[in-house]
Amino acid sequence: MLKMTKATVSFTCPAPLSVTDRIVLGHGSGGRLSAELFRDVFLPLFTNPVLDRLDDQAILRIGASKIAFTTDSFVVKPLFFRGGDIGSLAVHGTVNDLAMGGARPLFLSAGFILEEGFPIEDLRRIAASMANAAAAAGVTVVTGDTKVVEKGKGDGLYINTTGIGLVPDNVRMSASQARPGDRVILSGPVGDHGIAILAEREGLEFDTEILSDSAPLHELVAAMLDVSNEIRCLRDPTRGGLSSALNEIAAQSGVGIQIEESKIPVRDEVKGACELLGLDPLYVANEGKLVAIVAPGAADNIISAMQHNERGVQAAIIGTVGAQRAGLVTMRTAFGSTRIVDLLAGDQLPRIC
Amino acid sequence: MKYVDEYRDPQIALAIAEQISHRVTRPWVLMEVCGGQTHTLMRYGIDELLPKEIELVHGPGCPVCVTPLEMVDRAIRIASLPDVIFTSYGDMLRVPGSQSDLFQASANGADVRIVYSPMEAIKIARANPGRRIVFFGVGFETTAPANAMAVWQAKREGLRNFSMIVAHVLVPPAMRLILQSPTNRVQGFIGPGHVCTVMGFQEYEELTKEFRVPIVVGGFEPLDLLEAIAMLVAQLEEGRAEIENQYSRSVNYEGNLTAQRILREVFEVSDRKWRGIGSIEDSGYRLRDEYAAYDAERVFGLEDLNAEEPKECISALVLQGLKKPVDCPAFGTRCTPMRPLGAPMVSTEGACAAYYQYRRHA
Amino acid sequence: MCLAVPGRVLSVEGGDPAFRTGNVDFCGVRKTVNLAFTPEVEPGDFVLVHVGFAISRVDQEEAARTYGYLKQIGALEDEGLAPKDGQGDTP
Repeated sequence: MLKMTKATVSFTCPAPLSVTDRIVLGHGSGGRLSAELFRDVFLPLFTNPVLDRLDDQAILRIGASKIAFTTDSFVVKPLFFRGGDIGSLAVHGTVNDLAMGGARPLFLSAGFILEEGFPIEDLRRIAASMANAAAAAGVTVVTGDTKVVEKGKGDGLYINTTGIGLVPDNVRMSASQARPGDRVILSGPVGDHGIAILAEREGLEFDTEILSDSAPLHELVAAMLDVSNEIRCLRDPTRGGLSSALNEIAAQSGVGIQIEESKIPVRDEVKGACELLGLDPLYVANEGKLVAIVAPGAADNIISAMQHNERGVQAAIIGTVGAQRAGLVTMRTAFGSTRIVDLLAGDQLPRIC
Repeated sequence: MKYVDEYRDPQIALAIAEQISHRVTRPWVLMEVCGGQTHTLMRYGIDELLPKEIELVHGPGCPVCVTPLEMVDRAIRIASLPDVIFTSYGDMLRVPGSQSDLFQASANGADVRIVYSPMEAIKIARANPGRRIVFFGVGFETTAPANAMAVWQAKREGLRNFSMIVAHVLVPPAMRLILQSPTNRVQGFIGPGHVCTVMGFQEYEELTKEFRVPIVVGGFEPLDLLEAIAMLVAQLEEGRAEIENQYSRSVNYEGNLTAQRILREVFEVSDRKWRGIGSIEDSGYRLRDEYAAYDAERVFGLEDLNAEEPKECISALVLQGLKKPVDCPAFGTRCTPMRPLGAPMVSTEGACAAYYQYRRHA
Repeated sequence: MCLAVPGRVLSVEGGDPAFRTGNVDFCGVRKTVNLAFTPEVEPGDFVLVHVGFAISRVDQEEAARTYGYLKQIGALEDEGLAPKDGQGDTP
């Protein structure tokens, strides 16, 4: 028998929460909260034409040279994972941010914040990994810094890397340059890095190991720039995944982006892990992939060049840019229906890179 | 993925939709009960495939959405104690309480950890004998056996530092509430496939008889839902009001008897308050007295902590299928997943969140 | 929250039914799952897993029947025929 508090059901709703006055984990997710934090706290104080472009790197004219300048901090947990560690990630992440501006990466700095009690053996391993990654990527670590904080105040190790590179004069890419008609290219399967990290955390085992795809992309970018000067913009879909990267471009350029679900490559094991954990591969971090917005006539040549490079073997055109639904990313599902690919508010997975 | 991919075949989906189109002669209002089903419908745009005569309204099957305000407040109170490790499914962390949410409590220094299974909370309790571990036991009947098992296990091991906030809700009383409402428009229900996997579908058979309304127990993949809708339409067009089981690869009449046994051992049925709706008699589970030592609300003395639900908002209407998320004046403007006014906008299974994430008429 | 995923049981461990666990494969991902609610499950079976527990054994015959029927609809609609409807269990 049903009993209710009044004669008819009373309809109530929780009180709205006021704007958060403290940092929450979601602020580090690369999603909406991150964007808001930047916009509300930092942008007003530091605004300038370079920063305002909100690209992954700053492109600066110094004398006759065009220099790309970027910084990135790494708080990934666990420190060691299949396919890499915080050290190699710290090199690849910054190299890639430079590469997304079309730069040839040249020099890195490396800052370490160490927690008291951190094993020096682990530090050696990580440093060796960084050295190898830097050598393989053709960059030199020219300066650095080390700080130590008390036990309990530092969670092992955090790394910051800052990088500079040279941008060819005729290369002018930015997230604000996408135009209706452009094609969206993805360099390979998505979700590997995030799933590799989660697998480590959750004790998942795989038949075929999922490795983080952490890798330097500057040579792939160079190969692409060799065949075309109609690349509007490059983005590496790290935190927040493919969705974040595309949403940022759509917002900066004031265009709509439509992608085809059936065209997006995802490894079977990554699909399986995502099903299991209730994740959507579109939002899972990648560390060795890029998204390119290119002029329609140039797409085929660029794909061809990418597929000849080890980092772009599975490159595919996954969508187009349009004028409709500006600022939004939509996806045509395998069923022919259309859904929005929204920016997540916070995070599916914290501390992913 | 076997038993998943084949139920996402687009060609068959379109075929079933065609078949429904041929069959339907007048408008019908159908409700899918479970939040996971709502999400599938939104994610695959199944409502776009159906003929316009079929209107889908969304049910209250989102346990996060219906967890009452004061439960969240109690959770935050407990989580904020210095010796407590508070464990929860990820969904609950952003649900607003009266003043705050668990995510903010974590930002303020509370030790709040996301777990994928209650047994992980048990592991944490074993590993941290000096701390008190509390698990937020939210969910419908699908999740109740796992939570019961955790408590049973804790008692068996004599784990003194583990307790659970039991906030379980039951589906049939919620459906009864909807069916009894004088403004009810729902003519057929897609029953909750995973709840019925555990409980069987006898209770739903009773509902079809009492209210003369067809119910088809449905799964969670697009073809499952389309097939369940096709079966409902057939019943409605033929004037039948029966219980049918579309999800027969997982559901049978009696359900999982082993799971039901652990439920009876650890829990008893009790009245429960549903957020935005009010108290419904016999609509939830509480821990039996023998397990009182594992009942966090009793252990922490918070049974009397109540909360006012002050503002008017329509999440209750949405949860009962009387309104759609897009009907809400705050939808997408004052109420978004980032600044939710109500739980259906926060939970990954909430109807409002589903609409916002996949559809949003921008 | 009612997210339950089907997987294939590769191996089973533990004598006590309350603590029986299985190594379950989900399309190349393997995870340890608690089998307390599905004591009848053996390696080779498929189970539906929710929050780390198997809540049912997938009835493969029923699945084959359901899917076979659905495939038929797909094929027949292709040919422009409207098949008989109303498939399912009534107790």
